[in-house]
Amino acid sequence: MLSRTADHVYWLGRYAERAENLARMLDVQYRLSLLPRETNSEGLGWQQTLATLGLAEAYAERHEGVEAHKVIDFLAFDRGNPTSIVSCLRAARENAHAVRGSISSEMWETFNSTWLETRSAAPSRFTAINLAEFIEWVKYRAHLARGVVLGSMLRDEGYHFMQIGTFLERADGVVRLLQVRLACERGSEDGAPVVHDYHPWSVLLRALSAFEIFRRISRDSVSPLSVVEFVTFRRDVPRSIYRSADLIYSNLQDVANAHSVETERRAGKLHALLRFGTLESMLSEGMERFLSDVLATIADLSDRIGRDFLGHTATG
Amino acid sequence: MHRPSPAYDEMYTVGGNVRPHYAVYSDWLLRQPDDVLRQKRAEADSLFHRVGITFAVYGEQDGNERLIPFDLVPRILSAEEWRTLAAGLRQRVRALNAFISDIYHRQEILAAGLVAPEQIFCNSQYRPEMQDIDVPGGIYAHIAGIDVVRAGQGEFYVLEDNLRVPSGVSYMLEDRKMMMRLFPELFALNRIAPVEHYPDRLLENLASVAPAGVADPVVVLLTPGASNSAYFEHAFLAQQMGVELVEGQDLFVRDGFVYMRTTQGPQRVDVIYRRIDDDYLDPLVFRQDSVLGVPGLMSAYRAGRVTLANAIGTGIADDKSIYPYVPEMIQFYLGETPLLANVPTRILRRRDDLAYTLAHLDELVVKEVHGSGGYGMLIGPTASEAEREDFRLRILAAPEKYIAQPTLALSSCPTFVEQGIAPRHIDLRPFVLSGRDITIVPGGLTRVALRAGSLVVNSSQGGGTKDTWVLED
Repeated sequence: MLSRTADHVYWLGRYAERAENLARMLDVQYRLSLLPRETNSEGLGWQQTLATLGLAEAYAERHEGVEAHKVIDFLAFDRGNPTSIVSCLRAARENAHAVRGSISSEMWETFNSTWLETRSAAPSRFTAINLAEFIEWVKYRAHLARGVVLGSMLRDEGYHFMQIGTFLERADGVVRLLQVRLACERGSEDGAPVVHDYHPWSVLLRALSAFEIFRRISRDSVSPLSVVEFVTFRRDVPRSIYRSADLIYSNLQDVANAHSVETERRAGKLHALLRFGTLESMLSEGMERFLSDVLATIADLSDRIGRDFLGHTATG
Repeated sequence: MHRPSPAYDEMYTVGGNVRPHYAVYSDWLLRQPDDVLRQKRAEADSLFHRVGITFAVYGEQDGNERLIPFDLVPRILSAEEWRTLAAGLRQRVRALNAFISDIYHRQEILAAGLVAPEQIFCNSQYRPEMQDIDVPGGIYAHIAGIDVVRAGQGEFYVLEDNLRVPSGVSYMLEDRKMMMRLFPELFALNRIAPVEHYPDRLLENLASVAPAGVADPVVVLLTPGASNSAYFEHAFLAQQMGVELVEGQDLFVRDGFVYMRTTQGPQRVDVIYRRIDDDYLDPLVFRQDSVLGVPGLMSAYRAGRVTLANAIGTGIADDKSIYPYVPEMIQFYLGETPLLANVPTRILRRRDDLAYTLAHLDELVVKEVHGSGGYGMLIGPTASEAEREDFRLRILAAPEKYIAQPTLALSSCPTFVEQGIAPRHIDLRPFVLSGRDITIVPGGLTRVALRAGSLVVNSSQGGGTKDTWVLED
């Protein structure tokens, strides 16, 4: 497969997933802001969201003061922000357009019509009602896109690179979601460990489509530790970090080439860390430290994949 | 009773009767209420948008791509009409390929005095780099789009030969797909020759001209990229053929061979169906500022390590200044009488043709020999006095840059416009594939001038397209 084609398909996977992650992240913060106990710390949650996404500066250039409606505009609808949902949907469509000859027609049509609808129908400003509707819509389009990929895409390298992009992005998104939550609690409780607060963590589970699963397969009550463990280490939870690492590793093995041994080794190491890791091992290191190490590994893998396969440095 | 337009009407005779090959369709059309047609047209528009069958408009941001208007009323050719036309097209393209080969080798046609040497050597479309280079099978124009019109009593005339990177075939295929989706019943009522196999034929044709000794050639399609106005077609054809769609940056030349960069390392490329003009193919030989091309490509091509389709330098045969000589070429190379007529053309480098043209500017169409896409042309009868005067000065300044032709009453075909069904002028671009054999998929792309009375069918100037049916016996 052409390196450029693989590159576009990889980014198609990443941007599509990033749009969905952003929607899920907004979903959590917005629902939390509706809870009475959160009113005082509302600004903090949004601040942490921006910081965790690395967007605090970009936001400050465009807005004064962190307020819910401004942050939502910025993260959902602002076309000038390359990391808004709308911009990600557009970037996904642009990448699909660049390789429309190499992906299935149904895939191209799905990403294209998502963008066309976004362009014509996405609200340009936030209102309480349309945010919920918009998030639902973004998730629905993501489900549709996933289905069309599963149902129509040839299982060749393109598919594997798209999967790698998707799961790197998903792991990245889930780690950041946990980081936001932990940072909020640390901020509000002044560093003391938090063992209560059902609501924020159940909202987080719901945003990951994992609340019902948690209820069904975990005997623990909803608490920070139980949720972090669940979302990090369960292999059978679709959006868990371990599951993403597992799929990154296996898809990488399917595309291995002569230069990629070290990259595979590092992906395998991440896989092993999550496969054999436990809550105890995580706590001994510190949850924040553990999560930021995972995030750094994801970034490293992304760089290495770009160099090994996608022509990001001149070869040949 | 239908009142026919003054031009030859594809559907109705002068007496207002339906021509036999339109009979079944006409019966069906009379039964369709206008609002059903309107609804079908809206359905077609939304489908074309979703599928992204669009052309990019230069300079517009935000992924703004326009649809080429699609007309619901097909253009129908009888089996007999098509046989005549197809035979003429084969003959013409054989002669054109023979001409290009001759020009880049022995130049017998110049020696015979049929074409003046300065018309070749002073022509920017002549590529000295191609002199004495052999190409597989002696074929240069592997894909030719020959623009044909009907005038008078329905006689066919060739208006233009497109031998460089002719486009439009994707619309031929998509228009057919759309018609089958919107009106499946019509395909049960009529015996319509299929066109869906064009991409297979194209791929076979490209493989048949691979460099000698290559058993299983790797074919790629070279595009200028996603912002090119014909990008949809490039992506579409690559996908339908199952070949890689490459950009210049994906290819490189090493040790005399062309490779593409893949995730598994370099892979050899044998045939390049290029949709980039000669000028941009190789910055080492042609335009140095080109970022679309592949440095060193020309050297690999000269050495016969890779086939380019179409070959470099085919523009020498489709130039408007060479067009008037095609009937003579057919006689000269094939010893045959031309089956398809040229539009009678005055060559303004000749003194008497120039004098006649200047005296009859209000009757003639004057074209710049290097113009295309309907630009750089004067339509005498509809132009204003000022426009004609302006053109007169331009002609006098450089008569060799112009040709003149009578204003043809292009045939018209019923078309669904705002007011309902009304006649509009059309042309036809069949696609002729030349390799080991010559293949023509029945029909081609019918373009229609949607403005009443307009003769300009180009999509850049408000033209639309129609599905083209060739009926089987």
